[in-house]
Amino acid sequence: MSDLTALSVVELQQALSAGETTSVEVTRAHLDRIAAEDGALGAYLHVEGEAALRRAGEIDAAGTAGTGLAGMPVALKDVFVTEGVPTTSGSRILEGWRPPYDATVARKLKDAGTVLLGKTNMDEFAMGSSTENSAYRPTRNPWDHDRIPGGSSGGSSTAVAGRLAPVALGTDTGGSIRQPAALTGLVGHKPTYGSVSRYGLIAFSSSLDQAGPMARTVLDAALVHEAIGGHDPRDSTSIDAPVPTVVEAARRGAGGDLAGLRVGVVRELGGDGAREGYDAGVLERVAEAVALLEGAGAEVREVSCPSFGLALPAYYLIAPSEASSNLARFEGMRFGIRVGDDGSRDIDEVMALTREQGFGPEVKRRIILGTYALSAGYYDAYYGQAQKVRTLITRDFHAAFDDVDVLVSPTSPTVAWPIGARVDDPLAMYAADLCTLPASLAGVPAISVPCGLSEGLPVGLQVMAPALSDDRCYRVAAAVEAALGAPLTDRLAERAA
Amino acid sequence: MSEPLVAFDDVLTRYEPVIGLETHVELGTESKMFCGCSTTFGAEPNTQTCPVCLGLPGSLPVANAAAVESTIRIGLALGCRIASWSRFARKNYFYPDIPKGFQTSQYDEPLCTAGHLDVEVDGETYRVEIERVHLEEDTGKNLHVGGATGRIHGADHSLVDFNRAGIPLVEIVTRPVPGAGAKAPDVARAYVTELREIIQTLGASDVRMEQGSLRCDVNTSLAPVGSLEWGTRTETKNVNSLRSVERAVRYEMRRQAAVLDAGGRVLQETRHFHEDTGSTSPGRSKEEATDYRYFPEPDLVPLAPDTEWVEKLAAELPELPAARRTRLQQEWGLSATEMTWLVNAGALGLVERTVAAGASPADARKWWLGELARRANDAGVELTELAVTPAQVAELTALVAEGTVNDKLARQALDGVLAGEGDPRAVVQARGLAVMGESDELGAAVDAAIAGAPDVVAKVRGGKVQALGALVGAVMKATRGQADAATVKRMLEERLLGG
Repeated sequence: MSDLTALSVVELQQALSAGETTSVEVTRAHLDRIAAEDGALGAYLHVEGEAALRRAGEIDAAGTAGTGLAGMPVALKDVFVTEGVPTTSGSRILEGWRPPYDATVARKLKDAGTVLLGKTNMDEFAMGSSTENSAYRPTRNPWDHDRIPGGSSGGSSTAVAGRLAPVALGTDTGGSIRQPAALTGLVGHKPTYGSVSRYGLIAFSSSLDQAGPMARTVLDAALVHEAIGGHDPRDSTSIDAPVPTVVEAARRGAGGDLAGLRVGVVRELGGDGAREGYDAGVLERVAEAVALLEGAGAEVREVSCPSFGLALPAYYLIAPSEASSNLARFEGMRFGIRVGDDGSRDIDEVMALTREQGFGPEVKRRIILGTYALSAGYYDAYYGQAQKVRTLITRDFHAAFDDVDVLVSPTSPTVAWPIGARVDDPLAMYAADLCTLPASLAGVPAISVPCGLSEGLPVGLQVMAPALSDDRCYRVAAAVEAALGAPLTDRLAERAA
Repeated sequence: MSEPLVAFDDVLTRYEPVIGLETHVELGTESKMFCGCSTTFGAEPNTQTCPVCLGLPGSLPVANAAAVESTIRIGLALGCRIASWSRFARKNYFYPDIPKGFQTSQYDEPLCTAGHLDVEVDGETYRVEIERVHLEEDTGKNLHVGGATGRIHGADHSLVDFNRAGIPLVEIVTRPVPGAGAKAPDVARAYVTELREIIQTLGASDVRMEQGSLRCDVNTSLAPVGSLEWGTRTETKNVNSLRSVERAVRYEMRRQAAVLDAGGRVLQETRHFHEDTGSTSPGRSKEEATDYRYFPEPDLVPLAPDTEWVEKLAAELPELPAARRTRLQQEWGLSATEMTWLVNAGALGLVERTVAAGASPADARKWWLGELARRANDAGVELTELAVTPAQVAELTALVAEGTVNDKLARQALDGVLAGEGDPRAVVQARGLAVMGESDELGAAVDAAIAGAPDVVAKVRGGKVQALGALVGAVMKATRGQADAATVKRMLEERLLGG
């Protein structure tokens, strides 16, 4: 068998079910690659190693490998709680914690017979756009080791783009799946809010967090999406609706026929009068992708969503507010590290010292922001106002979807930037999420699909759809992918070869 | 550390009290508020926990529908308006007994608002306005080890039991109650008593104050008589019995009066009530209170009780205590005062069940307020704790009514019942307590009495019929009370006066 790490999920499924390889072989190939490459890339915080091989052996023995996702190695962002497997959310404060339970999506993947390769690196508590905020180490972009892989799911994006995993799960609060996918040449989908369970996902911002797939092809992403989606009685914000038919949509889109589909190009995201901060190369690739859609029969028009410009300030009030409360449970009493408990300090001091030493600077910055925004006397002006903006953004989406079936924009205003370039400028870092925030705030599904290179680095096209119409994202993404020929990551492999 | 106090009656010459009550009731649901853990009281510490109620990273709450229903029923019983849209909110603060760093509660969108509860004190009705009834989760329980007092000060270390964490808790908040004057302590007690009975009637909680399933915070303030403004209030916590509710208000009124008399200022603070001394001591000062940073709980969807469902719940409410008292008073033909005695003695339910078991209301009342109250008092227990059931009491009254026993024998039969010898009829049989009929044995006793008191016999025959009583007494004594006095009297008359 040729290099097993070069195969897509679909190709691995075929090879496994045809008996051309085994789950153990596929797993070992990925573990070997992790051993060889991850020292430089920093994609993983924990690798399962022997445990993964044992698990793969069980699947092989059961004879189910290749059925659905059985036997498929997967990587999980370290934000997902995994029973008995170290889970840190990229933070010191959870160092050494082995959870007693599985996140629903981890459980679903386990039940589907997948093999957990390990837990991927991330910005601490998913707060960041570069994975430089990991408390453990930065992750490097496989396209250029001196550049960031995006974030916060940068460990997952590097793992999949660098072929250290066939597929991975990320989470997206303001763009944390889509932006790293765009910056590493992957397909990354943020499902409709409430359509994938959040149970066992360590919360950053509860009203925004969603788990989703990161893969090298649209169909791979759809297969994993279908496996993790659906109602979960343990998550009361979970929607009781069938999983959108994303696999079927991905297959249909790959046929390249978008006749009759109405596509809106969002003016406020890189259009006329809104190009500041966007790389010219990014806008060119996106324009070319839009032309491809038109070529496939789609009706393209420009759409204005005036409130999208307010998404950034609204997001940076809502997300830190919720985070300030979500992160209160990390006080050293029941799990993770405890600092200063030497018998001389009272409990308030121990809690404060634990948080002082356990949290990194960006997390502290956001806790302070959120605490302030929720304070008596400021709530209405900040949190309350931000919620109103959120309503306006949702209305913009509703109005736009009256006229078009999907909205498109760049996923990220720029390509991957050099490591360290924005660490001292939080506002520049926050601006990386400009294009992804509106869909997050409105809870609508959005996918990032590769649409070429600029300066030798990947560019992503974002496709947004109405709530529960995730299938449209996959259909359009698959059409773009088909029009461009091979997956973008093939070029990375060629370059390495 | 005793503080100066003003005599209670003296307080009222200068000040008007305003009271307010916040009552927490642990609902008797099978499972906790936001997870499936059991709520059984008294289990080994931390055995009734899961990732959700331990606040483990990643866990999420799911609201308990039964708890929502109970809260709405309590609201309906208190005449509240039931919100058509209600949300949970996070109350953020750090304490080791709240696992998530916030308590999931309700803030500006509670389930029930604007109700009232009328309570009666000494024939006077007081209306207590209910501001809100909302649903939240209980905290864990801290255990401070190594100190003398069980309090955190002086303890070696502290342990936390999360079995209680997440048990559904309903908070019932009154509006301030002015105008009760000297009756303020009694009104406070009557309110909690009535509230407790309502919740018990609804079956929503076991409302055991001693186990903490009903907990009371009592707010008290004083204002100079005639003042238009209310004074600064204190919030007394740890008030764990009905009697303590009354005592806490009384103590705070006397203490605050002394503070004000001395030209001082009452501090807005939390105070702890001490059962042993009946006094309060300062706790955390509210003036340096934390900002709880309430905001809507994003992990839970809003509650939107459907109007039809709420109407159905309202229609299905059981008869509430006040209505039941009015009905029973009419059915039993009691005066208001008699009814109050019955209620205050804690005998209403017992009498009702005794009547249901076949006794006449008068007999049932006579037994429970008389002989049984005496026995309970002697034993230092509540009526309900006596080892006799309403059905057994009804059987006793039946035995008397059918003439099998007289009152004295019935009391002996009760001795047997309380001693665990079985039902009254069985005790009468076993102990041979039945009244002696007109038998040879009784005839012999009557003859013996006549023979033994010739002077009395002469008086009777001489026309002093009331002297017959002495002879009856002698026969009763000889038969150890087992004869029927009326029968004895008739037999004596036959013999002495020729019928």
